[in-house]
Amino acid sequence: MAENIICAENLVYKKSEVLTDRVMHYCPGCGHGTAHRLLAEVIEEMGIQEQTIGVAPVGCAVLAYYYFNVDMSEAAHGRAPAVATGIKRVFPEKYVFTYQGDGDLAAIGTAETIHACNRGENILIVFINNGIYGMTGGQMAPTTLPGMKSSTSPRGRDVQSMGNPLKMTELVAHLPGTYYVTRQAVHTPANARKAKRALKKALEYQKLNKGTCLVEIVSNCSSGWKMTPVQANQWMEENMFPFYPLGDIKVPE
Amino acid sequence: MHGLHQLCSGLPRCGYNGLSCEIIVSGIINNFIKAMKEIRLMKGNEAVAEAAIRAGADAYFGYPITPQSEVIEYLMAENPEERTGMVVLQAESEIAAINMVYGAAGCGKRAMTTSSSPGMSLKMEGISYLAGAELPCLLVNVVRGGPGLGTIQPSQSDYFQAVKGGGHGDYRMIVLAPATVQESVDFVKKGFDLAFKYRTPVMILSDGIIGQMMEKVELFEQMPRMTEAPEWATVGKKPGKPAVVVTSLQLQAEEQEKVNLRLQAKYREIEQTEVMYETYQCEDAEYLFAAFGSAARITRKAMELARAKGIKVGLIRPITLFPFPYQAVNELAGKVKGILTVEMNAGQMVEDIRLGACGKTKVEHFGRFGGMIPNPDEILAALEQKIIGG
Repeated sequence: MAENIICAENLVYKKSEVLTDRVMHYCPGCGHGTAHRLLAEVIEEMGIQEQTIGVAPVGCAVLAYYYFNVDMSEAAHGRAPAVATGIKRVFPEKYVFTYQGDGDLAAIGTAETIHACNRGENILIVFINNGIYGMTGGQMAPTTLPGMKSSTSPRGRDVQSMGNPLKMTELVAHLPGTYYVTRQAVHTPANARKAKRALKKALEYQKLNKGTCLVEIVSNCSSGWKMTPVQANQWMEENMFPFYPLGDIKVPE
Repeated sequence: MHGLHQLCSGLPRCGYNGLSCEIIVSGIINNFIKAMKEIRLMKGNEAVAEAAIRAGADAYFGYPITPQSEVIEYLMAENPEERTGMVVLQAESEIAAINMVYGAAGCGKRAMTTSSSPGMSLKMEGISYLAGAELPCLLVNVVRGGPGLGTIQPSQSDYFQAVKGGGHGDYRMIVLAPATVQESVDFVKKGFDLAFKYRTPVMILSDGIIGQMMEKVELFEQMPRMTEAPEWATVGKKPGKPAVVVTSLQLQAEEQEKVNLRLQAKYREIEQTEVMYETYQCEDAEYLFAAFGSAARITRKAMELARAKGIKVGLIRPITLFPFPYQAVNELAGKVKGILTVEMNAGQMVEDIRLGACGKTKVEHFGRFGGMIPNPDEILAALEQKIIGG
């Protein structure tokens, strides 16, 4: 019976052409795969695959260029906004995005992030915030919550000695160079749809040359958080969202 | 102007179709002057900036640091975006600047940055990535005294950093050492050519003397900017072709070794084909000076003093520091009684001279450092003391 169902007329959903066929290395339940797919779908729907250049970070998404079927450059840790600046300045007509995690964007790349946003580089920064260094094995990140355990804060983040989590998205929203700054999630279909709309807006705004667009996606890290995917999503809703509330932070006037 | 004089004297002294002889002559002279290369008195740093525009550079990213800030100042004043479409941007740091170069270079563009020693240290991470991703770019280090914040006075103490690595990993970059403002200009053009020929970073290792002094320079004519991107460049995916990826990452050791083998093969080819050096009065030399860049110019004066005293001394001036002229040094080492390297550092190139000499003759070093510049008298004294008397 199955062969009767699997046919072109019954196709209701398919993988985006802007994603490759490569099997992703991300852990089960991780938000990266969904975030990749949403961005790829937006690029496909806008018909800009051949005009888009991406910049991959150092972190879990270091191999993003295996999955996005667009020209991509792999940046040094934290330097993606500077690399994207170099690309956008020589190709102002192209669509340029960076895809970075919290350690990359909000710790080692703080200066590059702030200054790219402050110059108003016409790029899209996709910022995946899961409050932990996932790739290196679950160390404390600049966004790790107060009291949150990690391999370098085994008794929980003590803000007195380890400092406070950095709300980079709110910070760059204050800068005159940013045009659209929003915080989203991708762990439910409803959230994924909203996040996709945000990504689409951000890329459409790039045509206007009005400044930097930053889309933060608060995400999970079941491996780093030592939880099952379901537990991780629940923990994210109960702990991450109150500290990093979802919604638009800066919208065009 | 000698050629111009000959041209004028060879013209027929008559009118033609009612036009006076003077008009015809002035027209010819104007065309002749246009075809001539432009000669200007320029500061080294400004000459590098002008050469970058003329070499058809697409992008310059920099950050101010003494003694090289005139490069970006000149570029900003000259507004090459209007002249050629070249992008000039002041970055928030040397680190950002080199990563902007990485981004633009990945797009197949002629991208460059300039800095001085402490700033160049900050760029080393990016340079390693550029070398690993096999991207072409031009770097200029107007060296000042170190270590640390050091001094703003000229030095050659970044030889090791430039020639032996600097950043992490088994990479080399082509290093060109100018001794004049003219060479600084010419090496901008040559540097871009070499960078694209071998897909590798190329560094002009200058110093605060050459960056700051004014000399007569002959500027080459404006070259067009590149219009066609190389195949390896990220320009947007082409239909029916796989997406282009610029990366220096290979997680599988077997693959990363292959990358290294490819790089090493490239470096061997560079060593075979790109060595540049200059020798001076080596024909009858009993002793030999070895010096690069500014130190070589000062050493030339020390040679005059030595020869006036009857000491037959020659000079080898390596122009490419990588690839190093080991062979030439080896041949000369077999003919002389000793070699003195003269460097504005505590003894860096001397190690390569010793490798080249391979025990054939004694090799000693004389240096002033921390921003001090050796004078010809002390160079001569060092020759007499360390080589002739030693």
